[in-house]
Amino acid sequence: MKIILRLAIFLIFLNSINLNCQSKIVKIKGGEYIPLYGRDSLMVTIDDFWIDVYPVTNKEYVDYVKKNPNWQRSKAIKLFVDESYLRDWQNDTLLNANQKLNSPITNISWFAAKSYCENQGKRLPTVDEWEYVAMANKTMPDARSLKNYNQFILSWYEKPKTFNQTIGSTFKNYWQVYDLHGLVWEWTSDFNSVLITGESRKDVGKDSNLFCGSAAINATDLMNYAAFMRYAIRGSLKAKYTMKNLGFRCVKDN
Amino acid sequence: MKSIKFILLFTTLTLFVSCDKKNKDETAKIEYQCPMKCEGEKVYSEKGTCPVCEMDLRLISKASKKVLSTEISEESIFNLTSSWNTEEGKTITLKELKGKTLVMVMVYTTCKAACPRLTGDMRNIEQKIPAEYKEDVQFVFISIDPENDTPEKLKQFAVDNYVDGEQWTFLQGTESNVREFANVLAVKYKQISPLDFSHSNIISVFNPGGELVHQQEGLGVDNKETIAKIIETVNQ
Repeated sequence: MKIILRLAIFLIFLNSINLNCQSKIVKIKGGEYIPLYGRDSLMVTIDDFWIDVYPVTNKEYVDYVKKNPNWQRSKAIKLFVDESYLRDWQNDTLLNANQKLNSPITNISWFAAKSYCENQGKRLPTVDEWEYVAMANKTMPDARSLKNYNQFILSWYEKPKTFNQTIGSTFKNYWQVYDLHGLVWEWTSDFNSVLITGESRKDVGKDSNLFCGSAAINATDLMNYAAFMRYAIRGSLKAKYTMKNLGFRCVKDN
Repeated sequence: MKSIKFILLFTTLTLFVSCDKKNKDETAKIEYQCPMKCEGEKVYSEKGTCPVCEMDLRLISKASKKVLSTEISEESIFNLTSSWNTEEGKTITLKELKGKTLVMVMVYTTCKAACPRLTGDMRNIEQKIPAEYKEDVQFVFISIDPENDTPEKLKQFAVDNYVDGEQWTFLQGTESNVREFANVLAVKYKQISPLDFSHSNIISVFNPGGELVHQQEGLGVDNKETIAKIIETVNQ
């Protein structure tokens, strides 16, 4: 009887360790805001959710592919990843000597990122959720109108190879979340809801023939060049694409 | 005591839960038969001639002709494991559509602008497929508004738009499945208001193995190339 009880306690303890080894998350209080590209009503409502404090790291992703071999470089199928998926790794489970364990994972596709988050009982953030958290600076939840907020982001765009830095090396924002700007671009669950593209399809600008209802989409703040760049990148991506400066983090609803 | 044992069992179980899914390969059944049916319903598993009239044996199941390879290629949409509700109230995975050339489009039924025209484009393509190929082509509509487009509404849409028949299939997924599928097609869409979406106007053609072979972009465009591609994949 006692032994069983002890065993049970031990197992519960083990379980809690299991849960704790997931990355740190913080709660984001929902609210309303006007994103760069919104809906017809402009205001977007965000419900409460939890977000990873840091982007997913190389180490975390190595652990993931060890447990989920179908996402290893040689085994991931072409429907889900392009040829540069995890390109810099030495092999299926080993990082390159120059890659740090606690740098953000990059060269990752949307499918891979989505699968990673789902495996953790989480999901990718929506564009609107990501932008909601990312419009904060150190002290304000919405710093988009501040000159130095935009300057910081724009100066990052000019810096080369920031993906080699480690997580936590940029600032902690109002929500206690690190590295939304300054390290890597991040995948979002509905990146393909951005109906502007810079790619070579027939849609130059907003082609009302290719996109039904495209007249409804207008930038609310074209001055917000930093954000415009993010939307432009999202619009140019396909889900199997991987890029050296594109990583991800996960969120969950409760 | 009993409850403790139960807790013990439960916690042990949760430790070992894994999310691995195994793919099962179905082996294709290929049958040949004498076109004259000299031996009645007798079938052969290999090519050859009829021992009675010496005519070449003929493949009898058209569907099986297309499933010669049981392997799904890396680029096939049949790698997606999501499940979908059809307008007839059945639940299927995409793999169940294997064996036919698939012509797919993403729409939503409350759409007033482009979708009726996209549906018209689909109808035009269907009409131009020669009769002998019709059995080998399936036309599939996927709703980008799974919340509103229930199987009943999809069925009604099919009836209203004269696209209600064996060769037409309508699919309702989940928000996440639809997003994933749109990404496979490189279709973009965004909800603008509760009953209104912006979306790419793209009709996609998949070969019987589920590989994307052609995309027609825009509304009311010349569908010659699309039809040629469909016939080509059927003949392969």
